[in-house]
Amino acid sequence: MRDPKVVCAGGFILLLIVVAIAAPLVAPKDPLAQNLLMATTPPAGFPGAEPGSLLGTDGLGRDVLSRVIFGARVSLTVAFVAAGLACLIGSLLGLLAGFLGELVDALISRLVDVWMAFPPVLLSILLIAVIGTGLHSVIAAIVVIDWTRFCRVVRTETKSQAQMDYVVAARTIGFSRPAILFREILPNIVPVLIALLTLEMGIAVVVEAILSFVGLSVSSDTPTWGGMIAEGRQIVHEAWWVLAVPLVALFATVVAFNQLGDGLARSLDPVLRR
Amino acid sequence: MLIAIVVNRMVMALLTLAGVAVVVFVLLRVVPGDPVAMMISPGAGPADIAALKAHYGLDAPLLTQFWIWIRGVVTGDFGTSITLHLYVTEVLASRLQATLELAILALLVAVVFGGGIAIAGTLMRRTAGETAIDGLNSIMLAVPDFIWALALVLIFAVALPVLPLTGRIDPDLAQGFATKFYLAESIVTGRFAVAANILSHMTMPTLALALPLAAMIVRLLKQSLKEAMVQDYVLLARIKGFRELRLVLQEALRNAIGPTIALTGVQFTFLIGGTVIVERIFAYPGIGNLAIDAVINRDFPLIQGLVLLFGLIFILINIGVDLTVATLNPRLRHA
Repeated sequence: MRDPKVVCAGGFILLLIVVAIAAPLVAPKDPLAQNLLMATTPPAGFPGAEPGSLLGTDGLGRDVLSRVIFGARVSLTVAFVAAGLACLIGSLLGLLAGFLGELVDALISRLVDVWMAFPPVLLSILLIAVIGTGLHSVIAAIVVIDWTRFCRVVRTETKSQAQMDYVVAARTIGFSRPAILFREILPNIVPVLIALLTLEMGIAVVVEAILSFVGLSVSSDTPTWGGMIAEGRQIVHEAWWVLAVPLVALFATVVAFNQLGDGLARSLDPVLRR
Repeated sequence: MLIAIVVNRMVMALLTLAGVAVVVFVLLRVVPGDPVAMMISPGAGPADIAALKAHYGLDAPLLTQFWIWIRGVVTGDFGTSITLHLYVTEVLASRLQATLELAILALLVAVVFGGGIAIAGTLMRRTAGETAIDGLNSIMLAVPDFIWALALVLIFAVALPVLPLTGRIDPDLAQGFATKFYLAESIVTGRFAVAANILSHMTMPTLALALPLAAMIVRLLKQSLKEAMVQDYVLLARIKGFRELRLVLQEALRNAIGPTIALTGVQFTFLIGGTVIVERIFAYPGIGNLAIDAVINRDFPLIQGLVLLFGLIFILINIGVDLTVATLNPRLRHA
């Protein structure tokens, strides 16, 4: 756990969580307050900057820094809830596929194959179009798409764990099948799951940003990084910071989740730890 | 045994496609939004709506609709796009080429970039150069095409405005093409100025799609190459006095490339999925960009056709990868 990568990335995520929760206290301005007289003022240090807006203002004169801070709320909510639910559902199906024998395995594996024949971005947009826009829909779309990631890994892990001596021993003693599955096998898969879950959080943040970018996420009066990026893309020639600031926030968050997942996978894996 | 693999994969592919078809069909029929409601003019009465529904076959029972659609698909008729008023097959046939050119170019760039850096990293192993490559690559691995695309917009739109930001080709040049494969055709017919124009439009979307894949190729290929470099046959070649570069390219690469080919194939399907958002960002006129419009407009027939097309592409790539891996691996070939 003393991996500097894990400490830095974990520290950044923790900071982001604190900032997101304390957004109304931390943000210098109201993220929704428009001021057309102060539209597209550049960040501090550039000619024409307004002293009150450290990272500039957008096309409607809203404070970019405050909007990025509030946008973190949506990103992190999606990261934790969507990734958590995908992990729960995928792992459960993966455990069943890996443990309940040929028929269940074949059924679940085929389902995963069909699922993965869809391009994820297309499937998420399709789902949102079906169930409507909004935060719940974004979360549902991510869960519906990404449970397969957990399912595949957990299925393989369960199968290889089920061959091990300790499972055979548990069987011989006469443990029930649920007991073997949840008390013997599951704890041995948890390290893999935690790493996978962290990586999935990074993916969820990007998917939310993409859906906001296309205009299919939460309504436009809630600040989101993807929504800000979409606005910034439109006025990139006049005000590059409107695109750059949320993009850097997104980049840093994704890299942090990724490095954390990588580091955790390394430090939780007894073979790699040596 | 190759034939057995092909047949097996074909049957699986058909089953998967059928599954995809059913899922898409069912999904779209439970939509609360009514596609007809979006296309009528405000003054239309119930009779007009009913007539329009009948025109597009939306008034029939679900099973009948499904049967009509499947029968059409099998005979190559995907129905008519509700928003574009064109045959879905026509729309797809005029848009697919742009996406194929983009995806294949991105694949080539990823293989050349990734392969080159992996080989350079192997030559520099256990030096500061390798550490630098590893450090940079671990960050590159985390960055998806969406972020790359927008970072490129920032770089090339603001800091270094040398590349066109949108489209596939300058409109005044988009004439006199016999096919929709603009890039390939302009190169084959020797119109290099046009090809250069197309390439300048394609640079940013190509890089956005290629860089994440390149990063994966670097990691896996460098790992395999380093493992191969300590094998006996490389040692033997070293004793013979071969130079380091030749050891890597001639001895190690041939034995180390298998896993990378398999990975590249699988990741190529994700690259094609990525065209959806990347084409959107650069207003590139391919099927990905079309897909977003189709979904926003609830254009059922077009969505169904697009999803089946994407599914078919994915399956074909997977079969191709399996065959390549089987051909390259002597153990599988003689199994």
